[in-house]
Amino acid sequence: MRSLFAKEITNIAKNNKKVVILSGDIGNRMFDEFKDFAPDRFINCGIAEANMMSLASGMALCGLRPVIYTITPFTTTRCLEQIKIGAAYHNANLLIIGTGSGLSYSELGPTHHSLEDIAIIRSIPEIRLLTPSDPEELKVQLNESLLLDGPTYIRIGKKGEPNIFSKDNYLGIGKANVIRKGTDILILAIGPIVSEALSASNDLANENINVEVATMGSVKPLDEKFLEENLIRNFKYWITLEEHGLVGGLGSAILEWASDNNYLDKLKLKRIAVKNQFINKLGNQNYTRKMLGLDSSGIRNTIKNLCEN
Amino acid sequence: MKTDLNIIAKTLRRKIIETSFRARIPHIGSCLSCIDLLVYLYWCELKINPLESENIHRDRFILSKGHGAPGLFQVLAAKEFFPLNLLEEFGKPGSVFHEHPPKPGYIAGIEAATGSLGHGLPMALGMALAERIQKLEYRTYAMLSDGECNEGSIWEAAMLASAQKLNKLTVIIDYNKWQATGRSQEVMAIEPLSDKWKSFGWDIQEIDGHDFSQIKDSFNKAKDESKPSAIIAHTIKGKGVSFMEDDNNWHYRIPNADELQRSLRELEDES
Ligand SMILES: [Mg+2]
Repeated sequence: MRSLFAKEITNIAKNNKKVVILSGDIGNRMFDEFKDFAPDRFINCGIAEANMMSLASGMALCGLRPVIYTITPFTTTRCLEQIKIGAAYHNANLLIIGTGSGLSYSELGPTHHSLEDIAIIRSIPEIRLLTPSDPEELKVQLNESLLLDGPTYIRIGKKGEPNIFSKDNYLGIGKANVIRKGTDILILAIGPIVSEALSASNDLANENINVEVATMGSVKPLDEKFLEENLIRNFKYWITLEEHGLVGGLGSAILEWASDNNYLDKLKLKRIAVKNQFINKLGNQNYTRKMLGLDSSGIRNTIKNLCEN
Repeated sequence: MKTDLNIIAKTLRRKIIETSFRARIPHIGSCLSCIDLLVYLYWCELKINPLESENIHRDRFILSKGHGAPGLFQVLAAKEFFPLNLLEEFGKPGSVFHEHPPKPGYIAGIEAATGSLGHGLPMALGMALAERIQKLEYRTYAMLSDGECNEGSIWEAAMLASAQKLNKLTVIIDYNKWQATGRSQEVMAIEPLSDKWKSFGWDIQEIDGHDFSQIKDSFNKAKDESKPSAIIAHTIKGKGVSFMEDDNNWHYRIPNADELQRSLRELEDES
């Protein structure tokens, strides 16, 4: 996803002279083409994210469209107050890209895991929180965000994410998309981890459990219309799946939506996410997903248990 | 000019204290220490037409020490960015005039919401970069307190401004030697302050922040520099009222009726 991001933002910036890239001293070589044609619009802000976030809001207040790029924990929780005040309260037209979200940098340890960014950013008013599941969705959301007023945070993966969507999907901001039809269980997923849900669903089909898989596209705004339409379909369970902590993520957002709208008696919901813990024994992303029950077999087992009880 | 500015500053000092008394707003000491600098900026230095306070080429001024807002509001009212009578709402429930500047759009002339220290200079840095990138024509100014220099983000901004050679960025430090609960030198060993800024790659000047001719010279010299410029203005917290001067209780205290009368007498216009 990150190379798609670099390519697409470069294309956009060729036409939109207001786009400026601010990097927190990462992305070596990724932005070479951008730097070649717009050296004055690429600023390496060093390893100083609080300053980078505030200066982006200052730029936005003076007419630019800054795009801030660094690894998720450093562009979210590291500079949280600068996001709350500089970006959100000032309603600044800026775009925050968190790269390597969730467990993308699994083996780099808890310093590089982002399992609370959704919970925290979601609590701030007036900032969009987008969670594209594949490069194509990122591309659409990136282009749309740069036309909207106010700040946007896009949580992306690292590299090698599979393409998920077909031409029939409409990938706009705030749009859920069904990528596999089913009738027993509804999985609502965000981010590249949706591929694990697809693979689990294929396995479950052999066991006569018929799973529908949808991606939510963004946590804020939440596609409430889509959720409402599914209330009447009598799924046995709704499953939320996210590479994020259990606390405050997509699962929480949907439970809050259900509670606020008096729908709690209309659905059963199980959250699949990382329980509230630090991960101390490290491996790559696949290893950690498996260990935490977030891989396809973990998802399959969770759903089988729900169906058997 | 000199006398005029002194008279203006004295008038605004009275208004700051009266407003603090009436609206129960603190930070008198902080406002009195920077009011001379604010008066010079708005009467002599900044290219901002109050009638076009959103003109894209206007100079940008950020009060990074946001708790000086009661002083800045008086300055903006006196310069007719908004009608003076709006200040009658100061401190009332539902008013936009309270202790800190709100985000732009609520009070004409306010460029950034800065109640949390350490945000204003980085935002000003972004504004200075925006000027260069878009080939606009303005200078950017940020006023900091010495206490605010405790914040790491100030030094992050100082390093980047220097790397980017932002010669149209000027910082003014209201160096009154106090922060909220103690001597700034004792809390964080702020000295040698001007060496710090110098070693971060800034042009530095040290002036008496209550002397209009020194203030004038420093702003003029700042314009000639090829690097960002820091004016370290030595000031006295509570300046202008004998019993407030250099007494840090006036960071939070609100004057009683007797103190109000005594201060107003001290600030009477002799002319
Ligand atoms: Mg001070």
